[in-house]
Amino acid sequence: LCSSPSNRSRPLSCVAVCGGTHGNEMSGIYLAKHWLRDPMELQRSSFAVTPFLGNPRAIEKCVRYVGQDLNRTFTTEFLSSTEAEDEPYEVVLAREINQTYGPKGSAQAFDFMFDLHNTTASMGTCLIVDSEESLLPMHMCHYIQMHYTRSPCPIYLYKLPGEETYSINSVAKAGLALELGPQPQQVVRADLFSQMRDIIACALDFIELFNKGTVFPAFEIEAYKITGRMDYPCYPDGEISAMVHPKLQDKDFLPLNPRDPIFQTFSGEEILYEGNTTIYPAFINEAAYYEKKVAFVKMEKHMFSIPGLQRD
Amino acid sequence: MTSCYVVHEAPVRRVAIFGGTHGNELSGVFLVKHWQENGDEIQRTGLEVRPFITNPRAVKKCTRYIDCDLNRVFDPDNLGRQITEDIPYEVRRAQEINHVFGPKNSNDAYDLIFDLHNTTSNMGGTLILENSRNNFTIQMFNYIKNALAPECCPVFLIEHPNLKYATTRSIAKHPVGVEVGPQPQGVLRADILDKMRKIIKHGLDFVHIFNEGKEFPPCTIEIYKIMEKVDYPRNKNGEITAVIHPSLQDQDWQPLNNGDPIFLTVDGETINYEGDCTVYPTFVNEAAYYEKKQAFVKTVKVKLTAKGIRSSLS
Ligand SMILES: [Zn+2]
Ligand SMILES: [Zn+2]
Repeated sequence: LCSSPSNRSRPLSCVAVCGGTHGNEMSGIYLAKHWLRDPMELQRSSFAVTPFLGNPRAIEKCVRYVGQDLNRTFTTEFLSSTEAEDEPYEVVLAREINQTYGPKGSAQAFDFMFDLHNTTASMGTCLIVDSEESLLPMHMCHYIQMHYTRSPCPIYLYKLPGEETYSINSVAKAGLALELGPQPQQVVRADLFSQMRDIIACALDFIELFNKGTVFPAFEIEAYKITGRMDYPCYPDGEISAMVHPKLQDKDFLPLNPRDPIFQTFSGEEILYEGNTTIYPAFINEAAYYEKKVAFVKMEKHMFSIPGLQRD
Repeated sequence: MTSCYVVHEAPVRRVAIFGGTHGNELSGVFLVKHWQENGDEIQRTGLEVRPFITNPRAVKKCTRYIDCDLNRVFDPDNLGRQITEDIPYEVRRAQEINHVFGPKNSNDAYDLIFDLHNTTSNMGGTLILENSRNNFTIQMFNYIKNALAPECCPVFLIEHPNLKYATTRSIAKHPVGVEVGPQPQGVLRADILDKMRKIIKHGLDFVHIFNEGKEFPPCTIEIYKIMEKVDYPRNKNGEITAVIHPSLQDQDWQPLNNGDPIFLTVDGETINYEGDCTVYPTFVNEAAYYEKKQAFVKTVKVKLTAKGIRSSLS
């Protein structure tokens, strides 16, 4: 028996790193600003890395966004819309970013884009990929898990079946988002800052090895795949009527079983999880999701077989 | 016998509980809204307790404030300012609040105001004291501390010759700040909400017992007195060049000595604390204080003694 041949893929020459896609998530903003001043540590011999700030106006005001969430704006609908007087700032911005680092889906697009985020949830150092079918990002995640050992790096597959990609890194041919937490909005914590920096260094090392012809064999890997979202219970006027239960708070990526408590009302009553199967929640009590009334994201844990990969 | 050590204080009849002075500090916002619908747990015989949202527009937008910090505008200038078209929303609001719960420094003012806040710092459930000679408030804090023990309940005294806060609660005869963390802005944590709720419960119990005529003997509590604010290191453009050092992060109320690390630059260089005496930092890495140029606040630990008190009507 011989192992199946590796998939071949072209070397990466243009790589971008974006901080501040959300203007109040500070680890990536501080890192990107530092790299714009001093890009030394991003340099590798086989490819170029361009750091940039995703949403400058939101960063200036230290808010998530100005008009609408930039990281939901990279769909065909927005990218192909014609300019209008009253359109949100982020729609204009998305078209510009698409011009510079895309166009999305074209041969000229950047080969890879990193996107740096923080969350108020206890997600640790989470790696976000659109789906397990994205071969190069999955190999990168595997490499990070083996070589960056300061903290576990769970893999979160964010694309729902049939859904169009909408995130900023979907403009490039491939991408990886980092989601580090817990960190309050507007706050820089030194520990998360250095973890994010180390993970990016590790990921760039992977690209360098790949470009230089290292053969990455097939592997099995555990990853969490989104299945849906859990809304907060609300009063008839739309206001939230219960909090995340203390037993669920900070338990991202841990199993949640049927009949486990998920919410607690202000009068102290417990609300239990009504599903039939064990799920793995993430983004538990994320500040930015209150406006969407999302209390957490529901995921399933799977093992995936990823075929080998080497440079073309 | 005891009476010569005891001050007779007027009973406390009108109490307000403020939430949402900062619109993105959600424990107080949600507690006050809950108590407005269902206030049984904050009612005490002989007391009027009024839960109140102080900055409803900031609460609606889930932001700290609309035009300026409501918790800094209760000074005579702002409270007396002529209402014009371009007056900041919070100044107009401060005048309305002063009208209902004040006027500040008058006999008509509310007896007691609890103002509920959250911080991103690891301050636990902290009580904020504005006046070191307010026997009633110190006695209340002593009562709350004992009721919560062994859980820690630090008292932070913000009396300072140069730093004037002009807080929302300062219109009351007895202003009480409640600051509970760590909790990110725009987030509601059940554990933090519960801690705040217990502080209010014990505070109201104290008022009730006091009004009923119980005598409280003199007491001494340990408090942290504000010294000065410390800014982040900055470059010539005013941009922050170093962040809170990991060994100071989350260490609110812990001793900081000469030579201990306080900041870490992007290049990995550690900046140490230089000072002759031990200080106790607090508000370490508070989100809202980046714009106020404040990385943490230095405090010193002192003992504060209150006279014995007893309600004058019983
Ligand atoms: Zn984000
Ligand atoms: Zn506050």
